This record gives sequence, structure tokens and C-alpha cells, in this order.
Amino acid sequence: MTIQETIRAIGSRTVNAVWRMGYATRFFVMTLFYSGPSFRRFHLTIKEMFSSGVMSLIIILVAGTFVGMVLGLQGYETLKRYGSESALGSLVALSLVRELGPVLAALLFASRAGSAMTAEIGLMKATEQIAAMEMMAVNPIARVVAPRFWAGVISMPLLAALFSAMGVFGGYVVGVVLIGVDEGSFWSQMQSSVDLVHDVMNGVIKSFVFGLAVTAISLFEGYDAPPTAEGVSGATTRTVVQSSLAILILDFILTAFMFRGA
Amino acid sequence: MNSQTLVEIRDVNFAYERRPVLKGINMTFPKGKVIAIMGGSGCGKTTLFRLIGGALKPTKGEIRIDGHAIHKLDQSGLYEMRRKMGVLFQFGALFTDMSVFDNVAFQMREHTDLTEEIIRDLVMMKLHAVGLRGTHHLMPAELSGGMARRVALARTVALDPMLILYDEPFAGLDPISLTVVGQLIRKLNDALGATSVVVTHDVQESLKIVDYIYFIADGVIVAEGTPDEIRASDKPFVRQFVYGEMDGPVPFHYPGGDYKQDLGVAA
Repeated sequence: MTIQETIRAIGSRTVNAVWRMGYATRFFVMTLFYSGPSFRRFHLTIKEMFSSGVMSLIIILVAGTFVGMVLGLQGYETLKRYGSESALGSLVALSLVRELGPVLAALLFASRAGSAMTAEIGLMKATEQIAAMEMMAVNPIARVVAPRFWAGVISMPLLAALFSAMGVFGGYVVGVVLIGVDEGSFWSQMQSSVDLVHDVMNGVIKSFVFGLAVTAISLFEGYDAPPTAEGVSGATTRTVVQSSLAILILDFILTAFMFRGA
Repeated sequence: MNSQTLVEIRDVNFAYERRPVLKGINMTFPKGKVIAIMGGSGCGKTTLFRLIGGALKPTKGEIRIDGHAIHKLDQSGLYEMRRKMGVLFQFGALFTDMSVFDNVAFQMREHTDLTEEIIRDLVMMKLHAVGLRGTHHLMPAELSGGMARRVALARTVALDPMLILYDEPFAGLDPISLTVVGQLIRKLNDALGATSVVVTHDVQESLKIVDYIYFIADGVIVAEGTPDEIRASDKPFVRQFVYGEMDGPVPFHYPGGDYKQDLGVAA
């Protein structure tokens, strides 16, 4: 490859990346603009909440329980060295509410619901269902994309909350029931150290932002997928990879703003 | 534009980037008729179909439907026009997350304020017209290809459109389903007083049901006429197409280099 060809290839990739970013932004703005029916006909959003939220419940609840159990075990081992086993409740709750709940629930949501959204919309496009809707004078952004978007945004904080709740339960089972940490100190330490606004609300904000990012990426990748089997599979992979990276990067940014010096 | 004309296509040209697909197409679709647009794969007939539906804009010329230049309409105008149109896609394009009933009811729920009782009656009537009233509770995945096409047909005529567009309605159907779908296209058109445009390459079935045929090759109209005129035509392209001859104006061999040279036996 000559130098000229290399420069041309870099230029072409850059132009494509900028173009795609612009297209994604326009898609996102259009989704917000055509969101009216998602609220006027809320049953459309409820139906999608069932697909993306309720159908993700099992994986979220099971994963949350086991993450809490691991936290209970690891936390107990570490705290024991300093004679602070009674602080196990604080450690489990703060870790889950501030960090692990929103992040892990979002990663699981991206893998389970995000990839499903991408595949579904990509296949709707490949089988001309989106084109058919357009020809029936029904805007597919308003009818297909926006309800899924809001369903994801609403579901995500709820799933993260359930993840954290199950995690606390898992930590309780391991710490109190199996290891024998004092039950009173487990709950009272948790109650005194977890702040509703600083910890819980910031966790909710995080999970809301993650839900927004994951759902927007999933829907865009599906809508932009080439209408072939290879195109849809590639889009599904991109959804999981991009969503996961976006969650971790956004988590760092949000944590830096929310908990610096705390 | 004649009051008996529903669609008028005048000097339409279309190109994908620099590749011309349609060159100076002129067509007239009178009200109440079934028109076929035929041609081999890649001749530009699906592009023409999409131009009539307003999904593409011509690079030159104009397409008027019921007096309106469809390519000049804004989105709301285009949607207004599309409410008067029905489109049947190649493989039906049924919504796979909805039952047969909900597919047929889709446009009624989106575009009208009809009560669910009335919608139910209308959906049952549409399904009865295509012989599939008993399938209303099934999902599209539970239907055969022919049945799915007929359900899609019921959905297409759900709002009694004035213009019905069919994109390859016979593709992939067994002989019985093919005849059934063909007859339904004709009967529904006559019952609704609509105008139908069938984009297809199925000659024999089309000749049985349509009023007029346009043949397209390389982006231009190479022949046109009534089914009898087409059957009697001595134009080489029409004869090759109608009688399925292997070689003719549409060559059997894709252009390539010297055959002997490719085999390595050239002197």
C-alpha cells in the first residue's frame, strides 16, 4: 500500500466515522421528537417493557444474588483482618447501590435486552417490515423505535434496583446466615451508612444514564443494520461491545462527578 | 391528466449515484385496471415500484398519482397519499410479533378511530375475502408461504385503497397458491374499484389476470400491450420472455473473456 493509499484509507474511515456519528445523532433526535405516541399510547411502551424489562428479570435477580453472595464472602474475609466484620452490611450495600448494581445490571441488560432489540429491528428491516410500515403511512421511528427506547430507559433503573436488592439479600445470606455476622449490626451499619440522596439517588441516575446509552445504541445498530444475516449478526455484536464500553466509560465519568471527595 | 387516469408517469429517469436504472419511462394506469410491469431481474421494475410508492424520487420527470406529483410531496403529504395506497411486499412482510388479526387490524388502529367491535368485523370480512378467516388467532410463523401472502393481501386492502401495488406477489408460491393469489388480485381490484400495479416476472399467471402489460429491459420500455397483443407479439424480447427461451436478446452467457483462453487451450 502506497503512502497516498494509506492517507486515502484513513481519510475515508474518518469521514465514514463522522458521517455515522452524525447519522446516529440525527436518529436519536428523531426518536425524541417522535416520542409522543410512546406516552399517548402507553400500552405500546408497556408491551416493550415486558420484552426488555420483565424478560430480563430472571438473569438480573440470579446474577444480583450471586454477586451479593460473593461480596459477602470477600468482604467478610477482608474486614475480618481489621476486626470490622460488623461493617459488612455497609460494604455490601454501598458497593451495590453506588457501583455494582447499576453497572452489572446495565451490562446484563445490554447482553440480554439490547442485543435482542438490535436483532429484532434488524430482522424487521431485512424482512421489509419497516418498509411496509412506511408504506402504510406509519412512522417506524414513532411506532417501533420510540416505545422500545422509553421502555429501556424506564426498565433499566428498576432492574438495577432489583439487582441491588437481591445483592443485599445474597450478602445477608452469606454474611449473617452462613458465616454468622451479627444480624443487628449488619442492618444497622447499612442503615446508618447508606444515604438516600448521595448513594441511592446517584445510583438511580447512573442506571438511568446507562439505560439511555444502551437502548440508544441497540436501537440505532438495529435500524442501521444491513438487511442481511451477516449484517444483523454484526450489528448485534457491535451493540454488546459498544454498550459495554459506553457503560464503563460513562461509569467512570459519572463516578468522578458524583463521589469525588466523598 | 385524464380524469380516468389514476397514475401518470412522464419521462421518468432514475439513477443510483451514476448508474442509470430507468431512462425516459412513460406509463399511464387508468382507474379500475390491473397493470403488470414485467422484466428480468435487475431491469429496474422494483425501482419503478419504489418510485410510484414515493420511497424514491426520480432524477428527472414526474409521477402523478390522482393528480398529485408524489415526488414533490412533503412527509405529511406523502403519508396522506400512502393512506390511499396498499402495498404488498414480495414475501408479505407481515409483522412477526403480531397475530394475523392484529396484522390486518394494524392500519385500522393506526389511522382510524373505529371501535374494536367494528375493527373486529372489518378484519373478519377482509380475512374471509382471502379465505383465511379461521387463521385470525395464528402467528405469521404458523402460516405457509401462500397463506402468509394471502394474509398480507388482506392487510393491504384493509383500508380499501384506491391504488394497490404488488411487488413480485407470485414469488416462491406453489401452483395452487399462485393461482389463488392471482385470482384474488383480480377479484379484490374489481370489488374495491381500485387500480392495481403488479410488478412481476411471472408471465403466465400475469397474462391471465391483468388488463395491460409493460415490459422493461435495461431501464426502458421495450414492449407494451394487452395480454392478447403480448401473446401475439413477434418481438424477440417478448417471445423470449413469454416462452422462456434460453437465449435471445437477453443472452444466456454473462459477458466474459475468450472461452478457450479461460480453459487454457488457446493456440
